Amino acid sequence: MFDYTFQWRAAFKALPDMLQGAWVTFETAALSMILGVIIALCLVFMRQGKNLILKGFAATWISIARNTPSLFQVYILYFGLGSFGIHINSWVALLAGITINNAGYLAENFRGGLKAVPDTQLRAARSLGMSAPQAYRLIVIPQLLRIVFYPMTNQMVWAVLMTSMGVVVGLNNDLTGVTQNYNVMTFRTFEFFAIAAVLYYLIAKLIVGLARLLSWRLFRY
Amino acid sequence: MFETSFSWGDLQYMLQGAWVTILLTVISMIIGTLAGVVCGMARALLPRSTIPLAWVLDVFRSVPLLIQFVLFNALKSIAGLDWSAFTVACIVLGLYVTAYGTEIVRSGVLSVPLNLRRASRSLGLSYWQDLRQIVMPMATRVAFPGWVNLLLSVMKDTALVMWIGIVELLRASQTIVTRIQEPLLVLCIAGLIYYVMSLVIARIGARLETRWQEND
Repeated sequence: MFDYTFQWRAAFKALPDMLQGAWVTFETAALSMILGVIIALCLVFMRQGKNLILKGFAATWISIARNTPSLFQVYILYFGLGSFGIHINSWVALLAGITINNAGYLAENFRGGLKAVPDTQLRAARSLGMSAPQAYRLIVIPQLLRIVFYPMTNQMVWAVLMTSMGVVVGLNNDLTGVTQNYNVMTFRTFEFFAIAAVLYYLIAKLIVGLARLLSWRLFRY
Repeated sequence: MFETSFSWGDLQYMLQGAWVTILLTVISMIIGTLAGVVCGMARALLPRSTIPLAWVLDVFRSVPLLIQFVLFNALKSIAGLDWSAFTVACIVLGLYVTAYGTEIVRSGVLSVPLNLRRASRSLGLSYWQDLRQIVMPMATRVAFPGWVNLLLSVMKDTALVMWIGIVELLRASQTIVTRIQEPLLVLCIAGLIYYVMSLVIARIGARLETRWQEND
């Protein structure tokens, strides 16, 4: 049954390149997460506002991001935008796709979190003489982030996992892309992808650990 | 601009792809839910001795599904098993569902107050009777929204099986794009099909949820 010789040495020779790919993956995930959080906050406040156009825009964004596969979102950015004569490279398509997805999911989390921050907090801040942006920045958002912190770390892991889809639109310098390159050259599929799996696991754990480290400021009280 | 070579046959091809998507979702959900209930109950009732199980399932949640598909497909060839790509996809997705389902079931079981279980035991129910008639119904209600979310996310994740060569909805639409070169239209139709499928599931889930709560 098992007449296959594993060739781990060849696979380990590729490790430096794969680590470089892992760094690209990490960067992409982190960037999409930062952008995603910012956009999600904008979407939440748009949805709360009175402007009907902004409200509709936010609602549409969230429902599309949550109800279609993330692979589809990357696809439509990469292939679909070509119809309008806009050609973006695969990394931008991947980043934009994941960011749209992250923003949609995070906006829903934030909406739940915002409900949990008492209204009186905002009013107290305003009556202490803070301007509305100040009150949101200094009072509401820190409390909000505290409530949604654990769902957010989940989303971070998801962002890392989603970066692996870049290979489908032809990205070749992230972890999956590099692995796929080596796979095509050597046909040692199992070895290379096993190492990639281990690296992804480590990146996911690293990101969660980093988030915990950074969150000390949120949970210091 | 509004002329298109998208034909009726193409739409049928895409709907066939959508059927494969649904089939994959249903089979993997059945496998995953059954295994998830077993593992989740074990995790909730014997938390100490099942810690290794938690580690193993954590791996399935921390490695991209795409990598899992490729890895498992390669493993199948190495082991000399003559399985179709569809079987491999079902097994990998089933494991993936198991990994998430276990956590959902566990939190559901843990949400049943311990005093309630003590009460049922002191009324003379046996351990298994208590589990089946008191814990399970209450845990189901808590776990159900999470299960629907899982169902939705699995349906979307099935798009990744195109990488091991199964023609599902997204792959079918890509094939059509390659032929008629109208990516925006075809992809929008594919997106619409996904959107409608998710919306239907979400609506049914929400309705079931409210119906169950009426009886409280």
